[in-house]
Amino acid sequence: MAKVSHTKRSSIIPENSSDYSVSDNVIIDNNNNNNNNKSVEDDSNNENNNVTHKEQDVDRKHRYVSKRRDDDPGWVEEVPPYYFLFTTYFSYLVLICFGHIRDFFGKRFRSNNYQHLKEQNGYAPLNSDFDNFYVRRLKLRINDCFNRPVTGVPGRKITLLERETKDYCKTFQLTGKTKECLNLSSYNYLGFAQADGPCADAVEQVVRKYGISMCSPRLEVGTSDLHLQVESLVARFVGKKAAMIISMGYATNSTTLPALVSKGCLIISDEFNHSSLVFGSRLSGAFIRVFKHNNMEDLESLLKECISQGQPRTHRPWKKILLLVEGIYSMEGSICNLPKIIELKRKYKFYLYVDEAHSIGALGPRGRGVCDYYGVDPEDVDIMMGTFTKSFGAAGGYIAANQDVIDHLRIINHSSIYAESITPLVLQQIYTSMSIIMGEDGTNEGQSRLEHLAFNARYLSTNLRRLGFIIYGDRDSPIIPLLLFNPAKIPAFSRECLKRNMAVVVVAYPATPMISSRARFCISAAHTRQDLDEILKTCNEIGDILQLKLSNNPKKLTIEEVLKYGEHGL
Amino acid sequence: MSLKNVNYVESGISMTLKARCWRLRAFMTKHHRNKEFKMDNTAYPALNELFVFLNTTLTNISIFYSRIPGSGILLKYIKNSHQNDPFRTVLEVMLLVFGIIYLYKNKYRTDNSFIELTPKEIEDLVEEWQPDPLLPKITEEQKRELDKVPIINGSTGPRVKLMNGKTVMNLGNFDFLGFSINEHLKEKAIETLRHYGVGSCGPPGFYGTIDVHTEFERTLSEFLGTEGTILYSQGFSTIGSAIPSFCKRGDIIVADEGCNFAIQKGIQISRSSIKWYKHNDMKDLEKILQKIKDEDIETGRRLTRRFIVTEGIFENYGDISPLPKLIELKKKFKYRLILDETFSIGTLGKRGAGLTDYFDVNPQEVDMIVGSMCHALHSSGGFCSGSFEITDYQRISGPAYVFSAALPAMLAVCATESLLHLSRNPYLPATILSNTKSFKNALSHVKYIKVEGSLDSPIFHLRLNDDVIKVDSSDEKDKLLQEIVDEAMNNGILLTRAKYLRSQEIFDVEPSIRICITASFTKKEIEKAASTIKNVVNKVLKNKIR
Ligand SMILES: Cc1ncc(COP(=O)(O)O)c(C=O)c1O
Repeated sequence: MAKVSHTKRSSIIPENSSDYSVSDNVIIDNNNNNNNNKSVEDDSNNENNNVTHKEQDVDRKHRYVSKRRDDDPGWVEEVPPYYFLFTTYFSYLVLICFGHIRDFFGKRFRSNNYQHLKEQNGYAPLNSDFDNFYVRRLKLRINDCFNRPVTGVPGRKITLLERETKDYCKTFQLTGKTKECLNLSSYNYLGFAQADGPCADAVEQVVRKYGISMCSPRLEVGTSDLHLQVESLVARFVGKKAAMIISMGYATNSTTLPALVSKGCLIISDEFNHSSLVFGSRLSGAFIRVFKHNNMEDLESLLKECISQGQPRTHRPWKKILLLVEGIYSMEGSICNLPKIIELKRKYKFYLYVDEAHSIGALGPRGRGVCDYYGVDPEDVDIMMGTFTKSFGAAGGYIAANQDVIDHLRIINHSSIYAESITPLVLQQIYTSMSIIMGEDGTNEGQSRLEHLAFNARYLSTNLRRLGFIIYGDRDSPIIPLLLFNPAKIPAFSRECLKRNMAVVVVAYPATPMISSRARFCISAAHTRQDLDEILKTCNEIGDILQLKLSNNPKKLTIEEVLKYGEHGL
Repeated sequence: MSLKNVNYVESGISMTLKARCWRLRAFMTKHHRNKEFKMDNTAYPALNELFVFLNTTLTNISIFYSRIPGSGILLKYIKNSHQNDPFRTVLEVMLLVFGIIYLYKNKYRTDNSFIELTPKEIEDLVEEWQPDPLLPKITEEQKRELDKVPIINGSTGPRVKLMNGKTVMNLGNFDFLGFSINEHLKEKAIETLRHYGVGSCGPPGFYGTIDVHTEFERTLSEFLGTEGTILYSQGFSTIGSAIPSFCKRGDIIVADEGCNFAIQKGIQISRSSIKWYKHNDMKDLEKILQKIKDEDIETGRRLTRRFIVTEGIFENYGDISPLPKLIELKKKFKYRLILDETFSIGTLGKRGAGLTDYFDVNPQEVDMIVGSMCHALHSSGGFCSGSFEITDYQRISGPAYVFSAALPAMLAVCATESLLHLSRNPYLPATILSNTKSFKNALSHVKYIKVEGSLDSPIFHLRLNDDVIKVDSSDEKDKLLQEIVDEAMNNGILLTRAKYLRSQEIFDVEPSIRICITASFTKKEIEKAASTIKNVVNKVLKNKIR
């Protein structure tokens, strides 16, 4: 069983012990009938006998190791009662009908507002009436839920700039006031978005020493010693021979894929892959096939078909096949089935490209991403890609592979030839945060953040499920999508959360399938136990108002029960 | 159609169905008898019940059908048409059957070259298939190229310290305004760090729009004189995202052959139809526009979006686009103009506001001004400036904006500060200009090389003079130029060859050394550098003449 190993743990005191006091009592009360965590106690007894009971409890409650458990049943998509599916489709139908009716009258009586969709003295409209319909009639109504301006550090809390609209979300005016909200939106998994602490101190020094920018591409005069240092650290971190860094995560995918594959090659891509992977695939000129999300049977049958049929029309064998998957899918919260993929890889000889944008730092007992999580050897993955915008609180992305591949990529990757090299200050943020995760700063800080994050993710996703919400994704994933379904609930959920000082992201079609609009929580190591309970309470309240507890899970718990027994059986 | 028919409609349908049922039963009985079966009502009570059931349901259906309003008319119509033209009924039934088959045939394939294989064959094919290596080991030449990339020890700037301990004068980087040694900028960056941290940790749509981003967008719009601006987090990806958010399949792009790689990729991804005009040749442009217009009239095709795409200062040639002429043509033929000002912002014009400033053209005449903040503005990221319609639409449709984390606040603040600094020190663009002129003057008398680029442009290319030097292949030229770069380094000047991905550039670009002149040098330094380069060139190329 993969639970916390309790070495030297007793010395760590939670940063904010008052946060834990409430639940301490609860646990002591219920300690006797808690037999789910037996193995933990076994573990800890072996390793550290003199830890007092109380301390163990504190530790166990707020730490967890992110590792695939043998008994993990995996995740299956849950369908809500048909009534809700029906009303969702129906709501969209009504919205679309109303949209068309409004357009019909609008175009006749307020034709000024539609000028930009019409031909204007010989210029075709910039965006077509048809393409624009969704934005104009559906998104515009709920524009206040997107692009909310913020200020300050996107840490545990985030400061929103309040704004108001006088024309039904067409334009917004800042009111000058700010609002501090609990941050469930930023990809700040390990809490490195900080304006102070070791990272910020190091960055300050680097700004003084290295200046701001390199003002040149890597292959020309944009390489400094810092670049090489950080690249070798990254390689060491992910467990590959070499790595290269690119100044933007999106571009890491979109400019590396064309360097890896070309015409005559095949890209097999998960249906929910990120836009940057799709962009890069399209640029590369390779043939693209898509398999069902995380569905290994579908993947295998696709592989069989593609390899046996060869290239379309000519039936020549493919030059090479590249499989693109993500570690954690950013909209689903699901973790890719890496062991199975590697098994398939042995048989079908494709190359494997794993985008670890969200999983690096956020998964695995040592935070080394999805390989670490499954205990897979990184050597089995050909190309490991990731970004620093998430767990590291920096910017940019990396590609890690063996030395030959990286050497070659350095010469033919668009970004290293034409794009600006990454700035030193961002490099330093990466370097320091990564060293902390690796424990190379000599403290236990990194490990403690990893385990807090793992606990927080597991705690919240399990307990939201217990409350009866439909939650997608694996339980270890720090991305927790809560399904809303009906289009009217999208803005309602977001606004209700905002009212209760919670900043959440809501996503709908076209980022998700039409039926499954969702709110997405991103959990951070910076969240305290109290924050999580706050979230549970708020969600419970809103869930009741908006009828969101649609799960057919027979053993739903009430909020009181969840708050009391929440950490059992995680 | 007689009246009688109408009266029978209701009972008629049930009658025919009933009759059919009985016929079916009779058929089955006969069939069984043929096979020496004894058909007996009592022997097959189940069968009998089935027939009764069928009969009643059919009757019920027919009654139900007759109750539907208008059903009589439909039946009447069918009968009528059958009577008039029995063949038509056959045709329509066939059509219906075809439609149903088509609907249910889910294995419909677009490539009809699919070959059915047995599982064994598939197994064997999978077994046999051997992929090419992911990427082959680099060649010796590529390795040398990689090893030659200079590594700066510490900060970049007008003078940089290299890893080999040498301090050299930097004529390779794009820090045109010399902001790399600006202490004020660093202080601002640190101040921002203490308020905002480093990363933005989210895309702009999801709480990644920080107030400093909006601040930059406003400052830049004011500086350029446009309505609005949108900020991207990498310069290279900006135009590759801005073009496809407006140009779709069926639209027409007319672009300069000299356009840089980022533009080429943006055009490629947009899947619009593309016409190239000769580099900076307005006559050719006009010819092509006229040709498209003629085609329009000829084919009477639907009006689609049209764009002219070009650069302010060409990255690959260092020359300047004739903006007034472009605007004239764009208006005449009703195109929208996308102008990549990556190298002209901060360097051209009295205020340094780019090409529109240089030619004194109203910036609102250009539909999209795209640029990068990692050059003159000494930061990182890119922007696209234009009308609100242009910028707002990109906020939902520009892939690199929507799906990528926003620029770190520190870098946005640095870019804003650079802009403000530039507006406070309007002499800077003039310094660049005079430095450029002195440099080019000093270099103009070397016969082995051509200095390519407009006189006013701070970036320009040294290309081998083919009339004098006897090398032909690009690789050979690259090698020679690299020798010049190495020799210059020995003499204390950091130069760089312009690097290209030859296999993917649409048009061939001649190998070159790209030189960037910045405002941080004095005239004396510039002249000295020019004469050093002159000597180096002479020395390396002396024995390579034809
Ligand atoms: C899977 C994946 N790849 C790449 C990216 C792009 O990274 P960045 O935001 O650093 O550009 C993202 C970001 O959202 C992502 O989710």
